[in-house]
Amino acid sequence: MSNRGLDGDGFLIPQVDDESVPFWEGTARGELLVQRCDSCATLRFPPRPMCHVCQSTQRGWAPMAGTGTIWSFVVPHPPLLEAYAALAPYNVILVELDEDPILRLVGNLVASPDGSIGEVDPATIGIGERVRAVFPEGPGGYHLPSWLRID
Amino acid sequence: MSASGGSAAGITPIKDRTAIVGIGQTELAKRIDRASEAQLAAEAVVAAVSDAGIAPSEVDGLALFDMETTDEVSLAKIVGLGDLTFFSQVGYGGGAGCGTVAHAAIAVATGLAEVVVAYRSRKRGSGRRPWTNTGSGTLAVPGQWTRPFGLLRPVDEIAMLTRRYCHEFGATREHLANVALAVRAHANRNPNAVMYEKPMSRDDYFAARMISEPLCLFDNCLETDGALAVVVVSAERAKDCPHPPAYIHAASQGLPRLHHTMVSYWADEPLGGPARTAAKALFRHADFGPQDLDVAQIYDAFTPLVLLSLEGYGIVGEGEAGPFTDDGNIELGGTLPVNTSGGGLSEAYVHGFNLITEGVKQMRGTSTSQVEGAETCLVTSGEGVPTSALLLRR
Repeated sequence: MSNRGLDGDGFLIPQVDDESVPFWEGTARGELLVQRCDSCATLRFPPRPMCHVCQSTQRGWAPMAGTGTIWSFVVPHPPLLEAYAALAPYNVILVELDEDPILRLVGNLVASPDGSIGEVDPATIGIGERVRAVFPEGPGGYHLPSWLRID
Repeated sequence: MSASGGSAAGITPIKDRTAIVGIGQTELAKRIDRASEAQLAAEAVVAAVSDAGIAPSEVDGLALFDMETTDEVSLAKIVGLGDLTFFSQVGYGGGAGCGTVAHAAIAVATGLAEVVVAYRSRKRGSGRRPWTNTGSGTLAVPGQWTRPFGLLRPVDEIAMLTRRYCHEFGATREHLANVALAVRAHANRNPNAVMYEKPMSRDDYFAARMISEPLCLFDNCLETDGALAVVVVSAERAKDCPHPPAYIHAASQGLPRLHHTMVSYWADEPLGGPARTAAKALFRHADFGPQDLDVAQIYDAFTPLVLLSLEGYGIVGEGEAGPFTDDGNIELGGTLPVNTSGGGLSEAYVHGFNLITEGVKQMRGTSTSQVEGAETCLVTSGEGVPTSALLLRR
């Protein structure tokens, strides 16, 4: 079976495309960037070459506050890819950013900035919890947005 | 003005102008070793044209999933079909099934072809799970935004929507269990169903291991080897075929705005999925509405998709699908029996194609869970992906 796309520990590496490079460069600097239309200022995610509101191709990146609300979450159990199975049951959350509810990022709720995706007791997680982004180095050297509870 | 039936001038809906006159399938099983996907496809197609009383050489059109491993060139040559003047592939996995029949109906109604076969062959049961392929191809957009975080499988992606749906509307695992149990009970009446001899109790459901909370094992469809096919001809020709025609009253596809396949988390309303879009076009030219259906075959790769689809197709209002599954409403004898063959959860998972053949059986009056006097049937394809749907009429 192919293990392409996995890092040395068996985690999936984000496959960056032409449009998403600035996003991942941002997370490496500790910034959460979302694509923004230069013409009408509409935010859009995932990044793509044209504004779906005004059809402009002029685009840039806007820094987000990095705060949001848990919209939903799941707790996967095996069968999973081996590295993920070793951490199961872990959590995957969907965070609605404060700037616009259409901006929802998949991530993991962690207890410490470089914590494991399995360290928060899933039974304690609730929709509506407030969270803030941190950017630990992850698979392939990419910094995946992770989320800490806002006390 | 020659328009009639609520249609715009110059537009002639496909309404009842074509029919499914043949259905065929192989055995459906966890594992089939005796034949390849290509052979299974060919066997299902031959069975379907035979059922229709039509010779393979008369077939001049094919409609299939773009995921099909046996393409038009191969299938036509293997079976010995005639010259093809129409061939069409529909994308997006489980969303494609009814779309292939829709394309077949369009082709026949407009004279592009006279006998069109739609088919699906798959060895998913004995093959590997698609999500275990970590090759870069699977991690392109939008995979980079979901999979590295451990959102690996379709069940994880749908569980995310399910938990939100339950949070917003008060649906519970009891409602998901209602779906799993109703469909299993139908499978227990169908000797061709993989779960024919395996009854399931509510205790069994709640004792099952979790796969992706809030979804457990029995919220997931089967993994199946097998193939199925249907034959579409004009309503006029259908009169000469041996079985009562299942008229294609309406057909549609649905791809909502700002959609992402399986992970439509970046739409205005992630829970307002493709079903809602497909429903608009489906009922636009129909003589009956979602309240008038006698039976429904609803794509059930996961139990929550049935709830979302019941709402998306307007059978119940937003948030009402959970309670609707109480009191046996979706079981045989209920208000709207759903997935009367056992569906993907308990008959077989062949990308939903068995839902189409079961819809035809209901219109013929030959289902193992026949709804007495059924005259209309909704068949849907995958919710959560660009989808498609059919209204069948006796």
